[in-house]
Amino acid sequence: MVLVILEEQNGRIKKSAIEAAGFASKLAQLSGMKVCGLCLGRTINVNELTGLGLDQIVQIEHADYLDSSQWISIVAQAKEQLGSKFIVLSNNSLGKSISGGLSVHLKMGLISNVVNFKSQEGVLQFQKSVFSGKASAWYAFSDLNGIIALMPNGFGIHKFDEKPIDSKVLDLKIPEPKIKLLDRKLIQGKTPLTEAEIVVSAGRGLKDPSNWYMVEELADILHATTACSRPVADAGWRPHHEHVGQTGVAIRPNVYIALGISGAIQHLAGVNNSKKIFVINKDPEAPFFKAADFGVCGDLFEILPKLNEALRKSKMN
Amino acid sequence: MKLLVCISKTPDTTSKISFSQDGKRYLDEGIQYILNPYDEWYALVRAIELKEKFGGQIDVIHVGNATSDILIRKALAIGADAAFRIDMEPMNSDEIAKQIAKFAKENSYDLIFCGKETIDHNSSEVASRIAQYLDIPYLSYCNHLEIENDKIVASCELEGGVALLEAKIPVVISAAKGLAEQRIPNMKGIIDAKKKPLEVISPIETEQLVELVCFELPPVKSGVKMIDPTQIDEMVAVFKNELKII
Ligand SMILES: Cc1cc2nc3c(=O)[nH]c(=O)nc-3n(C[C@H](O)[C@H](O)[C@H](O)COP(=O)(O)OP(=O)(O)OC[C@H]3O[C@@H](n4cnc5c(N)ncnc54)[C@H](O)[C@@H]3O)c2cc1C
Repeated sequence: MVLVILEEQNGRIKKSAIEAAGFASKLAQLSGMKVCGLCLGRTINVNELTGLGLDQIVQIEHADYLDSSQWISIVAQAKEQLGSKFIVLSNNSLGKSISGGLSVHLKMGLISNVVNFKSQEGVLQFQKSVFSGKASAWYAFSDLNGIIALMPNGFGIHKFDEKPIDSKVLDLKIPEPKIKLLDRKLIQGKTPLTEAEIVVSAGRGLKDPSNWYMVEELADILHATTACSRPVADAGWRPHHEHVGQTGVAIRPNVYIALGISGAIQHLAGVNNSKKIFVINKDPEAPFFKAADFGVCGDLFEILPKLNEALRKSKMN
Repeated sequence: MKLLVCISKTPDTTSKISFSQDGKRYLDEGIQYILNPYDEWYALVRAIELKEKFGGQIDVIHVGNATSDILIRKALAIGADAAFRIDMEPMNSDEIAKQIAKFAKENSYDLIFCGKETIDHNSSEVASRIAQYLDIPYLSYCNHLEIENDKIVASCELEGGVALLEAKIPVVISAAKGLAEQRIPNMKGIIDAKKKPLEVISPIETEQLVELVCFELPPVKSGVKMIDPTQIDEMVAVFKNELKII
């Protein structure tokens, strides 16, 4: 049995959880196991889950905030009752706050930031992204079971034939919390950077924060999430959570559009796993062109307004 | 207040990444190591700020061999009071966490700081593991933190936002950008650091639950396709047909 943690938000299953379910199902297919989803929080309509490859679902209605120690306890109880060999979860903010603790609690190995897996001479190997995406490392579990925490947007979304899912009831006890939630502030309406398919990012080449309207315009047209280079965040032109790179957020969108960013090694480290990279920079020597799939060498103040206009027109047709 | 800051080392951000022929070993000959930025810039500095405000003692701990001593001295120069090095070359984050948790248990700290991740392995596992070994709350990816009596109030990063959380001391905290501002050691700090204690401790036994098979470098990009800056239509065509985003 593979146990996969399905995180929900406002009663909908998160994209990172859909990715985790797909990974768990592929892993189960290869090793001839079944997959059970575990959902804590608001109840999800089972119809939403049918194409994810799941065989069973355990849902626990719980309206309040759950801290990491509560998550760890519940997942561990579910694992014991189901006799799961593998636990799969997304290494998003929830995953990062519980996966290490879960590994200690269950005395199970943990491989984090996994982007893929394979079977080599009958042994499962998991590919972990390391050196901020500049390389990867293949790992195996010593005793053939363990916890796999997935790098968001790494394995990708996989769809499966619809099949009925058994609802399963487990006797899970929720322990007392150690941490109290005072408030939660979410930026509304935007896909978080780690989950974004399209990212429009800008650097010091924009010259001044007042020029960011052009970047946001492009992002709006493409339904993209905005990001920035480190000096831009350090100068307070953009919020810290938009800072991507080796000392910021590491991302793997389908398309990364870089505007006025030189492409320093520390910046590339966090973005070079984007599937496609499109760069606009006026310096033909900018290192970013070496990492790009498409490049435009020119002044973004001339190009961007025209490009935005043309994209908007093209969308209307 | 007794504060412990876990510090690790990582190759300098400009380091070339290459591996031995069999892919088993990262080739670090000639590589310059630095303190992990999250540990140095945010975790350590926030601990120093808290000491400046409330008084107390800051210990730093590192799991590694003697080649790290120069980096440990840097942490002392920035403002830690005493350093401990557990003398082993760790193979994974569980080994590190187990060593640190044992040390921390014997020395009862109020706050234990880690960086949110190291910039080489990016695992984000150590802090979560220490909290579990010690059975105390874990505040992850913390970008703001205040102490009110025996309580800690922290702002912690979530996807697309933050959670404001409250927990009772002792806690484990992992530090993210925003928690503090980097400090450069000054001359006095560097001189004082030479006199501060650095104690070497023998490790306890640990077991391996995961095994490295090999490292691998990503495939090389096939090369960039350049578009003339005046050819806006061609850019639109790329967005439409190649990138498929409109
Ligand atoms: C330890 C360490 C960690 C770091 N971590 C990160 C990190 O996580 N993320 C990160 O981003 N950086 C990081 N850096 C910083 C990094 O080294 C670079 O300094 C930074 O990425 C540069 O940002 P930038 O490209 O916006 O600015 P610049 O390097 O100033 O580049 C601006 C670019 O804009 C172009 N430009 C200017 N005007 C125009 C115009 N009108 N039209 C078109 N193009 C134009 C220029 O040609 C230039 O290439 C780190 C550095 C260190 C030492």
